[in-house]
Amino acid sequence: MTHVAPAVAGGPATTTGTAAPPRRRRRLDREAIAGYLFISPWVVGFLVFTAGAMLWSLYISFTRYNLATGATTPVGLDNYRELLDDPRVATALGNTLFYAVLAVPLEIAFALFLAVLLDRVGKGAGFFRTVFYLPKMTPAVATAAIFFLLLNGSNGAINRFLRSLGLPAPQWLVDPDWIKPSIVLMSLWAVSGTMVIFLAALKSVPRELYEVATLDGAGPWRLFRHITVPMISGAIFFNTIVLTIAAFQIFDSAYLLFWRDQGSSAPDASLFYAIYLFQQAFRQFNFGFAAAMAWLLFVIVMLVTVVQVRFGNRFVYYEADR
Amino acid sequence: MAATTTPLGAPRQVPATPTRARGVDEATPVWRRSRFSGVGRVVRWVVLLAVTALFLYPLLWLVAASLKTRGQVFDNSLIPSPVRWDNWVTVWQELPLLSWLTNSVSIAVLAAVAVAVSSSLVAFGFAWFRFPGRSLLFGLVLGTMMLPGAVTMIPTYLIWKETGLLGTWVPLWGANLFGSAFYIFLQRQFFLGLPREIFEAALIDGAGYWKQFWRIAMPLAVPSFVIVLLFEFQASWNNLQSALIYLNAGSVEQFTAPLGIAYAMTRYSPTAGGQGDYQYVMVASLLVTLPMLALFAFGQRYFVDGIATTGRKG
Repeated sequence: MTHVAPAVAGGPATTTGTAAPPRRRRRLDREAIAGYLFISPWVVGFLVFTAGAMLWSLYISFTRYNLATGATTPVGLDNYRELLDDPRVATALGNTLFYAVLAVPLEIAFALFLAVLLDRVGKGAGFFRTVFYLPKMTPAVATAAIFFLLLNGSNGAINRFLRSLGLPAPQWLVDPDWIKPSIVLMSLWAVSGTMVIFLAALKSVPRELYEVATLDGAGPWRLFRHITVPMISGAIFFNTIVLTIAAFQIFDSAYLLFWRDQGSSAPDASLFYAIYLFQQAFRQFNFGFAAAMAWLLFVIVMLVTVVQVRFGNRFVYYEADR
Repeated sequence: MAATTTPLGAPRQVPATPTRARGVDEATPVWRRSRFSGVGRVVRWVVLLAVTALFLYPLLWLVAASLKTRGQVFDNSLIPSPVRWDNWVTVWQELPLLSWLTNSVSIAVLAAVAVAVSSSLVAFGFAWFRFPGRSLLFGLVLGTMMLPGAVTMIPTYLIWKETGLLGTWVPLWGANLFGSAFYIFLQRQFFLGLPREIFEAALIDGAGYWKQFWRIAMPLAVPSFVIVLLFEFQASWNNLQSALIYLNAGSVEQFTAPLGIAYAMTRYSPTAGGQGDYQYVMVASLLVTLPMLALFAFGQRYFVDGIATTGRKG
């Protein structure tokens, strides 16, 4: 996303170089008006559902919302103060950070591994790609429901398999230490979207590089480390940013497995930021508090992304820069 | 070793842009054949088959589990014995599955068509017209992709509340009428790839801007239009959070498929007074998954191409 505004050739109306200047100017104006008309749906949507909503959300974060009357009372920084004092916010933030730090590198590594594996297959690659992609098509709630049974501590298929190998069989969805790894497992199963991006990137690496390096005596690992990884660093960078932003908003699986019932209690280890935010907003209707939480999340995601972009630009290889 | 299989006297043509044949089914390249043969090849196939099993097993198991008895549902076997077709009948009778699926399909179609049409318009505007502020505005389009949905979640709810549309389906797809950053980006990439000459020719023939969009650009952009339709259909189908916000208070018949799964999980779990009939949850999960698999069977090419495009341009 760093190459935001490539130099685009002019619209169809501006290309007749022989037109007389006055006529050309009038056409340019018509063209600009038509352009604005075409993008007007987005402009309206942006003003209402993005810019307007952001300003409103910021305002809400400095107010208290009364569900009964619908009235909002300004309370200054109270929501933000409560945010810092609420141990549940710290727990949720800690869980989410822990999950992101665990999930993103594993997702990147596993997706890259799958892509390299598929890239090496000659015949039949289409079949395997289809199979690898099926989990991505499975709705997140269905995935969570399936793994709820597969990960069952005493009877689940995964623990039966582990026991048959003589390996320890953890209480996946019960033991607080294993809840987040369980959710990482589900995200790894559905990692094929990331894999497809890597696969496309691998296809665009000039194979001459491999041939030359092979002639120079480089083994498979060195080919991977010194040619593949640098050549697809753009895709690694892109996937890392996208997966990180997604990890900070993890919701569906945790909601379905732990938080779908309002009354019952769930382990603290499964309280993710988006879950607590959702509860505050639409279970408690603490709109002010929830909006403050959302802005804290926004700032954190922005900071993380900026750090990633800064760091990423040091090692990402852009083909255009050659 | 490689030198024997790569005749130095016959250098391959290096294309100006290093793009290769798109199919992954092309013959194994020379350098790979020479490097990864024998034992390495066997290991690679074993790993490949193991990973395939890893991805297929949960889905095959889901089908089996939906046909198992209550006592066997946690079982790891892929062939239920006895086969309980009754599960399907029971679930169909006890849960309004048809309503959930119909609701989900309707909302997903509305969401997909709305966002595909609006995003195409906007993308065409960004791709083919010069106007002051275009780069800045397009930067804003891309910037909105980074915005966590949580920031605008509450105001969006209040907007729908103020317009009196709470309780309808509109909050689940209405915002799609204004385009969506990711799809605008995708469609714009496609429009930029069209040859300029066709638009110039159309202009000389007196075609207006609308005609250029509707009669020339859109028919050519069908592939990327389909990508947007499929992506948004899937996104809408999976959308649990919006359904929780806008439909959870209503009757069970008004639920969408993901909300229905959450409902089924509670209804058939032992802790909530149910009896732990997870085989029924598996039936519902399978029914919610099957339409997506059908969609993939129809549009695999589009899904893979669409995702690959995103990564290439990122």
